[in-house]
Amino acid sequence: MKFGIVTFPGSNCDYDAFHAVTDALGEEAQYLWHREHDLAGSDVIVLPGGFSYGDYLRAGAIARFSPIMQEVVAHAKRGGPVLAICNGFQIACEAGLLPGALLRNESLSFVAETVRLRVENPETMFTAGYEKGQLLRIPIAHGEGRYTADEETLTRLEGEGRVVFRYVGADGRPDPVANPNGSMHAVAGIVSEGGNVLGMMPHPERAVDPLLGSVDGLALFESLLARVSA
Amino acid sequence: MSNFRVAVHIVPRRGILDPQGTAVAHALQTLGFSGVADVKVGRHIVIDVAAPDREAANRSAREMCEKLLANPVTEDFEIATVEQS
Repeated sequence: MKFGIVTFPGSNCDYDAFHAVTDALGEEAQYLWHREHDLAGSDVIVLPGGFSYGDYLRAGAIARFSPIMQEVVAHAKRGGPVLAICNGFQIACEAGLLPGALLRNESLSFVAETVRLRVENPETMFTAGYEKGQLLRIPIAHGEGRYTADEETLTRLEGEGRVVFRYVGADGRPDPVANPNGSMHAVAGIVSEGGNVLGMMPHPERAVDPLLGSVDGLALFESLLARVSA
Repeated sequence: MSNFRVAVHIVPRRGILDPQGTAVAHALQTLGFSGVADVKVGRHIVIDVAAPDREAANRSAREMCEKLLANPVTEDFEIATVEQS
């Protein structure tokens, strides 16, 4: 299986994603420069973290107009998997692949720490390797991660099981202290209507090796592999 | 075609938490501006654009806001001024 990792000017988690795919998962990965018009046979597209275009205007606002994004949107519309992490999540929202927006953290601080997530829906192509309610330790590193959408959108996301990951405390429940950025409904990750685009602020690619402090992100890549290569 | 300078204001939509605005409001109140009830921090963008007339420049700026400059999910915009330059 081949992962295509999009590199925008200012991406900085593309190497981490490459490492997760090739070294931890043992699959093929290639970088796709944002000026390209071709996904070069990639089965899964990763929109990695970073600060594309310096977060000018709004995080992700400029990157969505990169030439490759047309191909990424077409891939998503065909049902192709897209894993959008951190800045990738911001870009996916700006590009209309996912509803809502990611605003400045409520604390106004950049937050870099390992958080606890609860798996809300294990029936997506990204989460089939997890159990419902399973708690994960995954790092975050962002200044603009406060998930915001109107009530109608939130109700719909909740009703359709599209809130995939939520920030929770040690007791496995959402609480204001455990919510690192003030996200509405403590949303950490959502999927698109078709279930083939996952946007999440936490970094599963940084939790694939005991040396990194957690291996809880690996099952996400394994879930994709099992589903896409099946 | 004439040259116009268009200024647009983009602000967080009412009802959406604006922690930056809240922090500024608190600072102003601390400085003694006790009448400050609320602050929204947004962006002011100035665009030099060629257009057949003022109305076309306004329309063009509006489209720029809808497509790129403002996020339709969280922000409101207004065309503040359109001046022939």
